[in-house]
Amino acid sequence: MLRGFGWRHAGRRNWAVRGVDLHIRSGERVLLLGPSGSGKSTLLAALAGLLPEDSGESEGTVTVGGRPGILFQDPQTQLVMARSGDDVAFGLENTGVRAADIWPRVSDALDRVGFAYPITRQTHALSGGEQQRLALAGILALRPGLLLLDEPTANLDPPGAELVREAIAKALDPDTTLIIVEHRVAEALPLVDRAVVLEPGGGVIADGAPEVIFAGHGPALAEQGVWVPGYPLPRFQAVSTPADHLVRAKHVTVRDRLPPISLAVSSGEVLAVTGPNGAGKSTMALVMGGLLAPASGRVTAFDDPKPPHRWRARLLAERIGSVFQSPEHQFVTSRVHDELALGPRRQGRSPAEVTRIADDLLSRLRLTSLAGANPHTLSGGEARRLSVATALATAPRLLVLDEPTFGQDRSTWIELVTLLATLRDEGHGILAVTHDDAFVTSLADRVHDLTPAEPLPRRNTSRFGPST
Amino acid sequence: MNTGNTKYRWRTIDIVIASVIAVAFGVIFWAWNIVWGATEGAFAFFPPAQTLLYGIWLMPAVLAGLIIRKPGASLYTETVAALISALLGAQWGAMVIPQGLVQGLGAELAFALLAYRSWKLPAALLAGALTGLSAALFDFFAWNASYALWDYRIPYALLTVVSSTIIAGLGSWALTRALAPTGVLDRFAAGRDRALV
Amino acid sequence: MSTGVLARRNPVAKLGAALLFSLPLVATLDPVTPALALLIELLALPFFGLRYAVVARRAWPLALAAAGILVTMTLFAADRSGSVLASPGPFVITTGVLRDALGLVLRVFAVALPGIIVFATTDPTDLADALVQNAKAPARFAIGALAAFRMIPLLTSEWQMLSLARRARGIDAGRNPLAKLHLFGSTAFALLVGALRRGGRLATAMDARGFDSGLPRTFARIQKFSPADVALLVVTALASGAALTISILTGFFNPIIG
Repeated sequence: MLRGFGWRHAGRRNWAVRGVDLHIRSGERVLLLGPSGSGKSTLLAALAGLLPEDSGESEGTVTVGGRPGILFQDPQTQLVMARSGDDVAFGLENTGVRAADIWPRVSDALDRVGFAYPITRQTHALSGGEQQRLALAGILALRPGLLLLDEPTANLDPPGAELVREAIAKALDPDTTLIIVEHRVAEALPLVDRAVVLEPGGGVIADGAPEVIFAGHGPALAEQGVWVPGYPLPRFQAVSTPADHLVRAKHVTVRDRLPPISLAVSSGEVLAVTGPNGAGKSTMALVMGGLLAPASGRVTAFDDPKPPHRWRARLLAERIGSVFQSPEHQFVTSRVHDELALGPRRQGRSPAEVTRIADDLLSRLRLTSLAGANPHTLSGGEARRLSVATALATAPRLLVLDEPTFGQDRSTWIELVTLLATLRDEGHGILAVTHDDAFVTSLADRVHDLTPAEPLPRRNTSRFGPST
Repeated sequence: MNTGNTKYRWRTIDIVIASVIAVAFGVIFWAWNIVWGATEGAFAFFPPAQTLLYGIWLMPAVLAGLIIRKPGASLYTETVAALISALLGAQWGAMVIPQGLVQGLGAELAFALLAYRSWKLPAALLAGALTGLSAALFDFFAWNASYALWDYRIPYALLTVVSSTIIAGLGSWALTRALAPTGVLDRFAAGRDRALV
Repeated sequence: MSTGVLARRNPVAKLGAALLFSLPLVATLDPVTPALALLIELLALPFFGLRYAVVARRAWPLALAAAGILVTMTLFAADRSGSVLASPGPFVITTGVLRDALGLVLRVFAVALPGIIVFATTDPTDLADALVQNAKAPARFAIGALAAFRMIPLLTSEWQMLSLARRARGIDAGRNPLAKLHLFGSTAFALLVGALRRGGRLATAMDARGFDSGLPRTFARIQKFSPADVALLVVTALASGAALTISILTGFFNPIIG
């Protein structure tokens, strides 16, 4: 299938993939492994025929028997149409399927992924997991012989991810070939019977049954950031007892987004806030971070008579550091170093101090070699570390983090958790919204569960009513 | 993948990015109205001040031309931007569509005059000026005919052209240069003018 | 969606009718033509299944534009003929000024309403389908625009997150308009970066589903251009012609050129 394959993106000196020889038989189920930067996604794109010659340079050959279909990570950017059924029909229209055959194939594909809504359902009113299953239906409707999955559940909460994996398992015909890229190996294992390990620029370094691969390469893979099952994670106990309250919320609500909630965070502790999607976790993080005004109730922090959402931004950044779920939201400059210098400079610190703080954070979060890079070009793990560093630059005593470990590989995960543990022991208070059980186990001193007593009402956010 | 690769054939990414530019500017305009809601009255009561806004409104035409570098990019993008504002319920109704067409045509003409070969600053300024001129001509006849010629119609038209040359022309050129290092233009020649990394 | 008889017409026919009705109105400056046109539009409204309150809500920003017109006319009116009604400061307000101002204000409303009515009753997907199937618009461009249109709710919530994130970084503008402008520019830039990145991924996902396969596309949803749609266009042309004729016969007609 692949012979001496290599690919170099336009504008890059290094090859994204090189020297890959791989033969996959029809009906095989393959897990593709390797550290970030080993070119797994590029390889999948090549197999899907999605590396146009104008975007880079290739060597070697790729031969694919059967129509490929590929599912990407981000459901938001895979859906094309406003109505669910139309979206599944999109690929069929493109490939010239007869109009009379389209709708039967659409409903068949929707059944196979367990899609529970009518075909007129607005795609943006679906949860991430539902969108991802809809995207899968759009691919299955084209009857691919080769199914390529590029971290299909990395952007989803655990229950949504579980449903997507179930849908994949159910949707596979015996003769469908599957190639999946997934950091969270334990979750992909039930789907595969072969594992292939890639090395950056080095081609295939191991190939065989998953058990054999993990016996031989497990430690190395775990070291490189792959979530290999059976490798324990560090646990961090608080060294001191929590002291004074930094922030306290009393009966706080936000209309339509957050039911009444009361909680407090003290210095020297990590409070994890958990709960299903739609329970208001992120909204609560915004309220506690002084970014959103509560509709009712009261937030008091740092013994200030004014609630945090009324503080000037500069004062807020000195007291509370917020880290958003998408790191890119927080980037405001064009260089990593400037990004870290910005906060201290606005605090009025001297140039020497600003440089010292920025350099210090760069080395603490292993970003020194990227000091001159544009923040928007960083990898997922690097961007996450930078967004945490920007929040630390103004030395706030309270940190509010929204899904800090979301979608991270094992190495970044351990780094983040270690850093947060250190910060806690230095006397910071940390509030983290998370649905990562491992994070809670490793770090949290207390857990506040936002799971409502009754099931959540479904909110219909559609702008245009259904028609057809 | 279709391999009928002529220089002027639009790839999927060209179509989608041009459309996304139109959509993003629709959202930027929506945000402008929220951020400047309090001062909007001043803009409405002193229409020449609106020509400042015009510069931003005309940006998609020049920006798409500079990024996509294909015939039709300016025309398509400004028309889609107009169509989108109508779909979002802009108060001006369907007239924004012919207006968008005319405005896109101005920038398109500038790039065509340069045979779709130059994408440097002078090209951007020319595109800004011509799209401003087309917008000014449209307004001169369609909306401003009842006003005094020398006291209002001519100054308004001149202001529109100046604002469009600076904001849509110079602004789009600067924006393209600022976007390239973020990597989002990697699949366009406009994004590859930067050094290898 | 709307239940009106006319709301169900082909989107291309509706859009064509809106343009057919609006364009002649742009050609004249008198108050009679737009007044007649407004009357016709308001009578047609119920047939689109729209309530007056809904249209009023969409059209209210025009009131601001109308106020702007009155101010500009006071300051810059070209024609100050007729008897003098008032003379605040150096400005002379005459019956001629008043007539032209009334014409402009009515015109703004009359020109805008058809579009407001049509777009309030048209689904973007249906419009794209009809543009391709009935108006021979290139399918890749229509679908590409439609796919980007779907991103709007995503981008509006993105704008809100970007604004909050800037506050979290310690950046706010307070009352300084220059700082406000700078902050706006930085947020808009970040929005554009995010939108273009998403656009790139979307284009790849569309190609993965054969968008650029070169095969002839088929249509899952059929849009028909029926005799009723032709009738809509003809009636619209007649109505707009009637309004113009009346204004010419009564001597009010005042073309923009000449």
